Amino acid sequence: MQEAICTVNLTRDFQTVRAVDNLCLSVPQGIVFGFLGPNGSGKTTTIRLLLGLLQPTTGGASVLGFDICKQADEIRKRCGALLEHSGLYERLSALDNLEFYGRVWQIPSLERRARIKELLQHFDLWDRRKEIVATWSRGMKQKLAISRALLHRPSLVFLDEPSAGLDPVAAAALRDDIARLAKSEGVTVFLTTHNLAEAERLCAQVGVIRGGKLLAVGHPNELKERASSPRAEVVGRGISDSVVSKVAKMNNVRVASVENGRLIVDYLGNAAIPELVRLLVQEGVEVEEVRRGAASLEEAFLGLMEAKA
Amino acid sequence: MIADILTIVWKEWKEIFTQRGRLGGARAILVFIVVFGVFQPMQWGSAWVESTTGLVMWAWVPLFLVMGVIADSIAGERERHTLETLLASRLSDRAILFGKVAAAVGYALSITLISLIAGLVTVNVAHGGGRLLLFPPGTAAGILAVSLLGALLAAAIGVLVSLRAPTVRYAQQTLSIGTLVIAFGLMFGLQALPTALRDAITRFVASAGPIALVFIALVDVAILLIAMARFHRSRLILD
Repeated sequence: MQEAICTVNLTRDFQTVRAVDNLCLSVPQGIVFGFLGPNGSGKTTTIRLLLGLLQPTTGGASVLGFDICKQADEIRKRCGALLEHSGLYERLSALDNLEFYGRVWQIPSLERRARIKELLQHFDLWDRRKEIVATWSRGMKQKLAISRALLHRPSLVFLDEPSAGLDPVAAAALRDDIARLAKSEGVTVFLTTHNLAEAERLCAQVGVIRGGKLLAVGHPNELKERASSPRAEVVGRGISDSVVSKVAKMNNVRVASVENGRLIVDYLGNAAIPELVRLLVQEGVEVEEVRRGAASLEEAFLGLMEAKA
Repeated sequence: MIADILTIVWKEWKEIFTQRGRLGGARAILVFIVVFGVFQPMQWGSAWVESTTGLVMWAWVPLFLVMGVIADSIAGERERHTLETLLASRLSDRAILFGKVAAAVGYALSITLISLIAGLVTVNVAHGGGRLLLFPPGTAAGILAVSLLGALLAAAIGVLVSLRAPTVRYAQQTLSIGTLVIAFGLMFGLQALPTALRDAITRFVASAGPIALVFIALVDVAILLIAMARFHRSRLILD
């Protein structure tokens, strides 16, 4: 699979702060890549570097086969971006916003009109296309900004927190759209989000960055396995404190606790489920359900943050 | 490049006219045209087309019009967080810069021309007395040249100030104060000079019309070149 993005020791300093630190990253074409990290971790600077809006201090990168230092114009021609701020002209109507960017991307007039209509209808904004954007809700503005990023059918889209401000239904619809973009149209999506459940559902690969350094990269499941210990979840009756403390003393058990009426057991090595069930039955617990659990991406993410702190 | 510049001009004009709401924008322009295209010619009478002192006014009018919009165009885009998205597009730095300058200059010159034509109509209706009052060709050419160069100068300086200004208000205040300091400085400076020297300077400026225009044009080009050198994506993102 060809690479959409490849960075080699990409570094950017701002006076005394190193915003991006020797970033080595490879993003294959046609996937949704999630770039995760706390605020100020270097996500936005990385996007700016990849779009050629900033020059790296050292290192380099190629985007869609073009060098970010020497061929930034070629990169920007082929990319769409929804950055930190929606970037909408709030004094203009939705139609004028898209009309302007349609002209910027040199989309022929007829095709431009059809594409604008298609996107506005898709995002349920067509009936309000002549309204001034300033009067809209945050969610509507976000949908319009996403429409603008997709207007010229880019090969690579940078989406910085695209679901921020969207209601759950709109956010789910957007997730479907993003997944379809990658699957059906082969568009590469570089997504930053704080919504880790969204990243887990959507991304074929995620990268975790903190302090400008890439901490981990891989499929969300790989990260979860790498960053978290095996887990067992037990639903049943009679899970008392004494049972929990006996479970906690079992071999290989890292920690045992009760969450929402469920017994959660984190192991250091392999989850020894038969031994656990045997102990619970001996202690008089009425076991209804036992499940091998895995930590969520959020837990894996938090684990990574704690581990490197 | 030309198409890109025109695209920016299209957007800038849309924003200028909707800046105070759709009606508010048109109303502000109308007030301007009524003041400079109706009231003033009515008061001046035939001197409005015959006197060369009008040249001074037509140098200042577009200057003020440009200053109002150029600051909003650059510092405003940054303040409203629309600049970064624009810079992430395929447009070149120069297309964006020239588009913004062209939009401001075009806006100021259009209103100036409409005011001039309205003024001619007013003067002829109110003071014509059966004869056709027109600007002498030299004065007309002088007004157009002075307006254009004044607007370009204001736009180029406006770009430089806006690039460093954190907000639109700051940029507009800096430009207004700068203009007032220059205007009052010249006025009071000239008045403070001995009469003989002042008359000599006035005579020199009056006789050096074309040379003065070439000088202003050179200053325009120089400041535009500095603006081009400073108008770079990486700087705009970090400022």
